[in-house]
Amino acid sequence: MLTLLCPCCGVQADETELAPGGEAHLKRYGPGSTDDDFEGYLFMRENPRGVHFERWRHANGCGKWFLAARDTVTLEVYGTYSAQTTEPPEHIKEAITAKHPGWSWREFA
Amino acid sequence: MSLNTSPKKRYSVFAVAREAARYHTGWGRAWRKPQPKKRYDVVIVGAGGHGLATAYYLGRNFGITNVAVIEKGWLGGGNTGRNTTIIRSNYLQDPSAAIYEKARGLYETMSQDLNYNVMFSPRGVIMLAQTEHEVRGYKRTAHANALQGVTTEFISPQRVKEIVPIINLDGPRYPVLGGLWQARGGTARHDAVAWGYARACSDMGMDIIQKCEVTGIRQFGGEVRGVDTTLGPIDCDKLGIVVAGHSGVLADMAGFRLPVESVALQALVSEPIKPVMDCVVMANTVHGYMSQSDKGEMVIGGGADGYNNYTQRGSFHHIEETVRALVETFPMVSRLKMLRQWGGIVDMTGDRSPILSKTPLEGCFINCGWGTGGFKAIPGSGWGFAELMARGQSPLTDEFSMFRFREGKFIDESVAAGVAH
Ligand SMILES: Cc1cc2nc3c(=O)[nH]c(=O)nc-3n(C[C@H](O)[C@H](O)[C@H](O)COP(=O)(O)OP(=O)(O)OC[C@H]3O[C@@H](n4cnc5c(N)ncnc54)[C@H](O)[C@@H]3O)c2cc1C
Ligand SMILES: [Zn+2]
Repeated sequence: MLTLLCPCCGVQADETELAPGGEAHLKRYGPGSTDDDFEGYLFMRENPRGVHFERWRHANGCGKWFLAARDTVTLEVYGTYSAQTTEPPEHIKEAITAKHPGWSWREFA
Repeated sequence: MSLNTSPKKRYSVFAVAREAARYHTGWGRAWRKPQPKKRYDVVIVGAGGHGLATAYYLGRNFGITNVAVIEKGWLGGGNTGRNTTIIRSNYLQDPSAAIYEKARGLYETMSQDLNYNVMFSPRGVIMLAQTEHEVRGYKRTAHANALQGVTTEFISPQRVKEIVPIINLDGPRYPVLGGLWQARGGTARHDAVAWGYARACSDMGMDIIQKCEVTGIRQFGGEVRGVDTTLGPIDCDKLGIVVAGHSGVLADMAGFRLPVESVALQALVSEPIKPVMDCVVMANTVHGYMSQSDKGEMVIGGGADGYNNYTQRGSFHHIEETVRALVETFPMVSRLKMLRQWGGIVDMTGDRSPILSKTPLEGCFINCGWGTGGFKAIPGSGWGFAELMARGQSPLTDEFSMFRFREGKFIDESVAAGVAH
């Protein structure tokens, strides 16, 4: 079973306690944006086989949103962090690089 | 028999008798095991049901036989060999009904067409209505199906009980309020579908290359030129990507993005028991469905993970949820032992409908997004996708373009069926 440390309340939560919220670090586009940007924001997803950044909500706990860096193949968790940021913290990026040298992600936002 | 001589042997009752008389020494291989050539007219990536059916109809309907199907594992080892084999075509939207009903119709004669017993069993499929919303939804679907020429009917709880005596109509949470019944829906042997197409493709001279992973897509000036594989580069004029859960990985190689996310979907089977249920029952509100295999195992499908992954395993708590739902609907399940559990990586789109489409890369086509419910569609998808690849257009695939999202032209089936199998 997947467990994630909720950075908001400090509980190591089971996945049954959490609600997945999809890809993280999406840049939001609204009215007036180009069709490309709007389509990309609403529908296009990275869906990598490997490192993935995603949103979670501690639904049956403190109720707050947070972000996680996780491997979609091994389910290894590289770390969880505040949702109030546009980029994962350095120590998480380093943890990922240690396992996946040369990993990449689209532009963080 | 050498690996590369074409089998071309017809399977029949006479062949069985002849082979019985000589201790089954003369069967030969069902398909050749070739080395890849340097170049093909068409390369299909992925030897699941959809990839193989595409190759088959390219040959059968368009005479294109200089084709290779490239598979990183063994053919049919992806979702095609991992699903619960439900076949139905009672969808709400017209484009879906068209392609799924085309597929269901082709299943009716597939064993004869392929000279391979795929054990199509039109035993009937019931989708239980367990809330007022579902009752309304399924009545609407039944009316839509009548207009589409798909034979379905909304039936009463009493009729449900007649068809499925082991069902519990008044469960504590969700009593059965009726059902959407498709009498010509059913099941087929999933492996046999892949094997039958593979044999027919091989007989037409196509190369099915297993244990060969595509690692890159070669292009020049916006046009596809071929693929890099673990067995070396292979050139082609046209490329079809048909890799289900791995579509995002291949799209990344081709340099475009997809509105697809991959998650694990699970199934499990029980110990074999005597025949207790001769149709397929789906309970979408409580997320569970069940049928009985010819071996007597109860075949049970459950929920998909809520988060991206490529584990082919799935989260444990979904098993508990599925079994809980089934025990409520079929109390006898509580006495069954479960034998096996497994998962497959399903490719989910935003509107829960598939993508059969040209791509931003000229000459490269993609067939994906069948998600939790594409086994039933294999022949129809292969038929339409082959036409799209051969002619650049097909009435079966027109509405399933990957560019529909930008235009807001969704084919929204997720509302119609909570679980879409
Ligand atoms: C548990 C479960 C239950 C299901 N139940 C049903 C059901 O009851 N009814 C129904 O209609 N549908 C069901 N489905 C869905 C159905 O199984 C799929 O939609 C369908 O099998 C997809 O077929 P495919 O040919 O597109 O993909 P697959 O059969 O997955 O084939 C894709 C192939 O591509 C290969 N591949 C991937 N990457 C590469 C690469 N780089 N190079 C070469 N080859 C590659 C893979 O190895 C794989 O063999 C279920 C799925 C699951 C997982
Ligand atoms: Zn918390």
